[in-house]
Amino acid sequence: MKKAIAISSGAAALCLMVTPLLAEPDDDSLVINEELQMVTETEAPDHLEYVNTIYSGWRFRTDETQALQLDDFDNPAMLTVDAAIDAFNTVDGSEGKSCASCHAGPEDFAGLTASMPKVIDGKLVVMEDLLNNHRAKAMGAEPWKWSGQEMQGMVALIGLQSRGMPVDVAIDGEAAPFWEKGKEIYYTRYGQLELSCANCHEDNYGNMIRADHLSQGQINGFPTYRLKQAKLISKHNRFRGCIRDTRAETFAEGSDEFRALELYVQSRGNGLSVETPAVRQ
Amino acid sequence: MKKLLFVAATAAVTALPIHADTVAPTNVAFSDGAVSGSLTGVAGDPAEGRILMNKGSGNCIACHAVSALDDLPFHGEIGPPLDGVADRWSEAELRGIIANAKEMFPETMMPSFYKTTGFVRPGNAYTGKAAEGELDPLLTAQQVEDVVAYLLTLKE
Ligand code: HEC
Ligand code: HEC
Repeated sequence: MKKAIAISSGAAALCLMVTPLLAEPDDDSLVINEELQMVTETEAPDHLEYVNTIYSGWRFRTDETQALQLDDFDNPAMLTVDAAIDAFNTVDGSEGKSCASCHAGPEDFAGLTASMPKVIDGKLVVMEDLLNNHRAKAMGAEPWKWSGQEMQGMVALIGLQSRGMPVDVAIDGEAAPFWEKGKEIYYTRYGQLELSCANCHEDNYGNMIRADHLSQGQINGFPTYRLKQAKLISKHNRFRGCIRDTRAETFAEGSDEFRALELYVQSRGNGLSVETPAVRQ
Repeated sequence: MKKLLFVAATAAVTALPIHADTVAPTNVAFSDGAVSGSLTGVAGDPAEGRILMNKGSGNCIACHAVSALDDLPFHGEIGPPLDGVADRWSEAELRGIIANAKEMFPETMMPSFYKTTGFVRPGNAYTGKAAEGELDPLLTAQQVEDVVAYLLTLKE
């Protein structure tokens, strides 16, 4: 635990002493396809008040789960990414266009994911917004469902073009009010269990909560392929799950609250490599 | 991590008769974090308490290790191990800690098990939807007594 906790009595002080020391993440190094060295541990960005070092969630997973991310042939997310490559080239909507009608290829988007979310025309925009906006405006196509595999496959394909680049989202200027809002959500203790993101992912990363080894809750690997659900999981779906588990009323996927939270959580990972698409338990 | 901490309330919660002398969650009197009298007037059952340490709305070992419960898998590391807890705390203090640990340890991460008000966006159990009507406490008054009775068996 890193945050100072108000202590009311001598007995409480005694009990703090028996609190287990913070267990650290493992020492493994992530090199993908034997050539791409990923930064899974680095100095925390200046705006983090209570954490000195940030870690990718990969460092908290078992060796078996970690192994699935070492080679793209073993990475189960790549099937959905392949389907997204097909979708990139497939005409959809009233305008008779595909993504490829306007963009030479997914490679055009190298670096984009590393800087998302960002403010465009006064609105905080995440990747899902960009994709559905282009589908509507340029293609006359129906919007994709936020956490559907078509959407998340395309988010992963675009993210893959930034893999290995450092996460670097802007939090100042126009982004500042959205970032503040996200930070407030991060530290709010929601639900009947009164737990905040920080309780689990800042104060207790490295510790076990029942059978789960808590990470810092970073989103540099999203969308991640989750073995338990056998599909790509969106950031907002993960946020929903974590808030639901505090016995709280969650926010909706694609809500302004989750956009703001996404910006804030992404900024906590500034400096880690974009790892999309990661594999988790 | 579906239902990570506390699985949906067991049938026992609704089946238990409410004793006439039961202290309501909003009426519990704390003194330095402790609650001196029984919440129900009925002695707690340590065997029931042992079950609640693992299951139901207790699931204490999500966060605490207990050597006496070594037959159960996956003890958490969030709170201190509870071995010998009866040597460190009195019955009244343990009751207070279970009912509302924030009275003893301000800002603690430990949930308040006998509290029904003052939450931010309280949900309808683990559905992610808004709570409807009044909330039930995580543990009934008798379940709090059962857990206290179990903790009192944890002596070094
Ligand atoms: C009750 C504890 C708890 C709370 C509160 C909680 N989480 Fe989590 N979270 C977990 C567990 C357990 C996991 C799975 C293990 C892990 O990756 O840390 C997880 C995983 C995650 C992941 C996936 C990390 C990865 O590398 O795949 C993200 C992102 C995340 N949480 C964000 C959040 C955010 C944002 C909040 C607040 C809105 C939050 N969590 C609140 C327990 C919690
Ligand atoms: C989400 C985590 C969490 C859960 C669930 C939880 N606790 Fe705790 N508990 C803590 C923490 C953290 C502390 C340390 C108090 C502090 O914050 O200083 C604590 C402290 C205690 C103490 C004082 C221990 C000592 O040695 O001083 C007792 C007794 C206790 N808990 C019992 C329980 C029981 C019984 C349950 C279930 C009915 C339970 N706890 C559920 C987190 C938890």
